[in-house]
Amino acid sequence: MTGNTLAEKLIGSHTAKGSVTAGEVVIVRVDYTFSHDAAGPLLIQQLAQLKGTPDKNHTIFFIDHGVPSPTKELANDQATVRNYASVNGLILSDTGNGICHQVIAEDYASPGDLLVGTDSHSCTCGGLCAFGTGMGATDIAIAMKLRKTWLRVPESIKINVEGRLPRGVFAKDLILKTLSILGTDGATYESLEFDGPAIDELEVYGRLTLTNMAVEAGAKTALVKSDNRTKTYLKEFDREERWREIHADDDASYQSEIVINASELQPQIAFPGSPSNVKSISEARDVKVNEVYIGSCTNTRIEDMRIVAGIFKNREKAKGLKLIVTPSSRKLYIKLMQEGILETLIQAGAAVTPPGCGVCYGAVGGIPADNEVIFSTSNRNFTGRTGNPKAQTYLGSPATAAATAITGKITDPREYV
Amino acid sequence: MSGRAWKFGDNISTDEITPGRYMGLRSNITELAKHTLEDARKEFPSSVRAGDFVVASKNFGMGSSREHAPIVIKTCGVTAVLAVSFARIFYRNAINIGLPAIACDTTMINEGDELELNLSEGEVQNLTRRIKIHFPPMSREMQVILSEGGLIAYVEKHGDLIFS
Repeated sequence: MTGNTLAEKLIGSHTAKGSVTAGEVVIVRVDYTFSHDAAGPLLIQQLAQLKGTPDKNHTIFFIDHGVPSPTKELANDQATVRNYASVNGLILSDTGNGICHQVIAEDYASPGDLLVGTDSHSCTCGGLCAFGTGMGATDIAIAMKLRKTWLRVPESIKINVEGRLPRGVFAKDLILKTLSILGTDGATYESLEFDGPAIDELEVYGRLTLTNMAVEAGAKTALVKSDNRTKTYLKEFDREERWREIHADDDASYQSEIVINASELQPQIAFPGSPSNVKSISEARDVKVNEVYIGSCTNTRIEDMRIVAGIFKNREKAKGLKLIVTPSSRKLYIKLMQEGILETLIQAGAAVTPPGCGVCYGAVGGIPADNEVIFSTSNRNFTGRTGNPKAQTYLGSPATAAATAITGKITDPREYV
Repeated sequence: MSGRAWKFGDNISTDEITPGRYMGLRSNITELAKHTLEDARKEFPSSVRAGDFVVASKNFGMGSSREHAPIVIKTCGVTAVLAVSFARIFYRNAINIGLPAIACDTTMINEGDELELNLSEGEVQNLTRRIKIHFPPMSREMQVILSEGGLIAYVEKHGDLIFS
């Protein structure tokens, strides 16, 4: 009998029989279920039909996708979510508290947990070794009622990252490189497991960026082991007691293994249309940009923002360019103030919007004009994603975004860090 | 009942099926459905007829988990989505709400071909080109969910998730 991958370990520990193998269909207990203002109103109708009452301590509703409400229709949807959470005594993370995946990584998910939510980026918490996966409203309504769900245990693809990320190259560049190898469906139904010397060196902040975008290759989830860096991260959020070490077994069975040498990596850029349409920065240089967006559940963690602030220090954004920064959570926003980063950003010419999904979801916060080009630190650049199908979106790291904001065209951050 | 094929390419995202900019219409599905797939084919929502088929290549429904994506397609009266492959969450959502999502060879279907679906036989008939396209049966769990009229109806009836 072979050993277990991280996905097999985490799913197995949530089944009645205690262990599973890739390919099995199993029913699992869930530690947290969550939804938000974009799916919540539909899910609440379904819960009523099911006569389901979610568990008070394990169900979270977020109001994050269209905040602050730009229209009366969204305000009404958000009121539906707010009232439902309040009447049923559920955990509510309201307007301004932050993006669901960021708040979950700060306050809820712990190594070994299993979470499901009505959002495709629910795999983000894999960066701290919690199994997360996104589903639709129906599945989550049922998971809220029963505190369990069904899933097929995924096969795993090991992404072995050797070497060390060079100066000016970050986790975002690494995941974009991974997506360029896998394509938009190269990991459909599967789990990505990141490991290797470069991952050992990466703080949980960067690991969360990797796992966040696994779904852009079709993956069900993505996981990184829980080690001392995970412990350090949990300590920062006063949750050290939730730490435990988790590793895949040495003899675990992987469907395939991809080796990437981090030391040779350059800043990567996803060209408009698809997050896997990736080229090295040298091929994107000098593309003129109208708007730079620093935000989303992919980046905008404190580590990212320190790097961004370092680049903006005593510099200003290019004339005629819109620079929009959307902190990913209230906790992060406070840290930005305490560390003086907020002042640096505003001095540089940034419009700082309240925490939430912002323009990444195309409902609020800096929707571009026709034919404009956005450079974004977010996860998706599909047609219409940012609210205007006539605009184009490039994706890259926060450092590349900051350097680009200064010059007004896509710029190699290694000139600035 | 037969219907016409609307052909799409690879990697149709849920942002193209039902864009986030219409998030404010999600509590009004009839209005939301008037924008179905408009970023991929502008004329789709105004010209689609009940019984028509959405036919695509690889990885249909990639991206977000919004269940509104299969819901608006179903609301347009589409019989089924046929694609070479589907993104995981879209596939699960479609079956959960009772919209057949059929993974099959779509290369022998052209725009406008008249199609007929026989789900239990595992067969799509291309009436225009007189071709029968066979597809493998869905997983047992998916067959159970679809036969009960979706997952909500299933759980209402059985009170639990038991597929045996």
